[in-house]
Amino acid sequence: MTPAGVLAAGAASGDLFVAQNVFFGVIALVMIVSAIRCVTTRNVVHAALWLVLVLAGAAAQFILLGSEFVAVTQVLVYIGAIIVLFLFGIMLTKASMGDDDSVAGEKRLMAGLVAVLLAVVMGIALVDSYSDTRVVIDEPQRFAAVSDAIFSQYIVAFEAVSVLLLAALIGAIVVARKE
Amino acid sequence: MIGVLSELSYWQVTSIRVVAGLVAVLLVAGTLVYAHLFKMVSFMQSRLGPMEAGPYGSLQLMAEIGKFLQKEDIVPRRADRFVFKAAPFVVLTSTFLLLVVLPGGPDAWFISNDLGIYLAMAVSSVSVIGILMAGWGSASKYSLLGGLRATGQLIAYELPLLLAVVGVVIQAETMNLQEIVLAQANGEIFGSGVIGNPFIITQFVGFLIFMIAMQAELTQTPFDMPVAESELVTGYMTEYSGLRFLLFFIGEFATAGVFSAIAAVLFLGGWYVPGLDPADNLLNVLGPLVLFGKVVLLTFLVFWVRFTFPRFREDQLQRLAWKFLVPLALANIVVTGVLKVVV
Repeated sequence: MTPAGVLAAGAASGDLFVAQNVFFGVIALVMIVSAIRCVTTRNVVHAALWLVLVLAGAAAQFILLGSEFVAVTQVLVYIGAIIVLFLFGIMLTKASMGDDDSVAGEKRLMAGLVAVLLAVVMGIALVDSYSDTRVVIDEPQRFAAVSDAIFSQYIVAFEAVSVLLLAALIGAIVVARKE
Repeated sequence: MIGVLSELSYWQVTSIRVVAGLVAVLLVAGTLVYAHLFKMVSFMQSRLGPMEAGPYGSLQLMAEIGKFLQKEDIVPRRADRFVFKAAPFVVLTSTFLLLVVLPGGPDAWFISNDLGIYLAMAVSSVSVIGILMAGWGSASKYSLLGGLRATGQLIAYELPLLLAVVGVVIQAETMNLQEIVLAQANGEIFGSGVIGNPFIITQFVGFLIFMIAMQAELTQTPFDMPVAESELVTGYMTEYSGLRFLLFFIGEFATAGVFSAIAAVLFLGGWYVPGLDPADNLLNVLGPLVLFGKVVLLTFLVFWVRFTFPRFREDQLQRLAWKFLVPLALANIVVTGVLKVVV
């Protein structure tokens, strides 16, 4: 059965996405454990590698939602580029083998506070906006539909973000050149 | 075949695909090692190559695998055990994921949807993480330097690789590799559809960029700075032995095969055989073989270059990517886009 078939079968059987719900739980558990290990480990490289698991989990959740484009972009941008840059930077500067006690010291309290605040704000916002909405997924989102939306409805926003990224890029070069 | 496949249940089809994937990785990697690394290079250097195990040394591969399996799996004392041990599997996972997008015939595919080449480009970058894990986890300066060099190189050459593909995507109007094959099969050159329209003709610049960037992605000479044996022993693989070295080795050659297969699909018409109906059932058997033939041809080019040219210096390597290949690929996209609209 194709993914679309699985989704359609789920929709037919009284909106009980059993397989999706089970896998959502499994992946969510992996993501939570990895996220906790990511911030509690005392080894910077290990933290970055745990982060890979969290981001891969996010990509998997997007696939469960049928958003293939977002899932693949998640892998390409976050795992393939950002994490690689993290690791590259860490290894180029200092990458001690064992635990590093200078990591996660006195800033722990502040970071925890920010994290809790962020979780509360985002949780409330999500529950408030979507608690009574039921997302119906009949079939995976088409790539063509995504590009059509970006290049017609959201063209202004898309171009604005492009210019913003370019500005950030040039800004980074200018800052780096000054030294 | 579609009649047979639709009668099978989901798990049966999946099992067939898993077996086909394993065969495609291991058999192709084995063929490349024997035909190119053992024999072709030997003939180029006026020697016979392995001759003892089996007729013309054809069982040498089995002997090599047996040798590697017997060797002790050594983990350096200061190494990060888990990261060190997991790294080869991450690299190999990336190879298997790459394989998933490849079509071998009208119904012989693993997945056939819009993700196609985009997914391939995304998962090919996952192997960088495995290489960095190996480089850092070994706790050796050679490994770390090799890992860093590999990463810098892979990041630099991912861009021309991606941009070279865009020209094909514009021309085929799809990212689905299966439909890219069909677009070439149903295309026409100067009003004649005898051999279809392999994109190597219209996208020759893209093909060249793709092959050069592929050579760099595979860290084959002249782009083998990361494993430069005279400077870094074998780069990020220095501390590996036994089974785990074998995994890296298989990964290297299987990735060469899979990348060549992607190039064959994008530019050489994939599994299509001129003169046959693209929906012909025969192509489900013939298609994978045709694709395999094209893979052997393209990897021959890769290894020919590998054993012919000297190694680049690090700055030359980066300059080639950023100052030559990327602008050329962008120009190719512009020209293709304009021609697509005008013609």
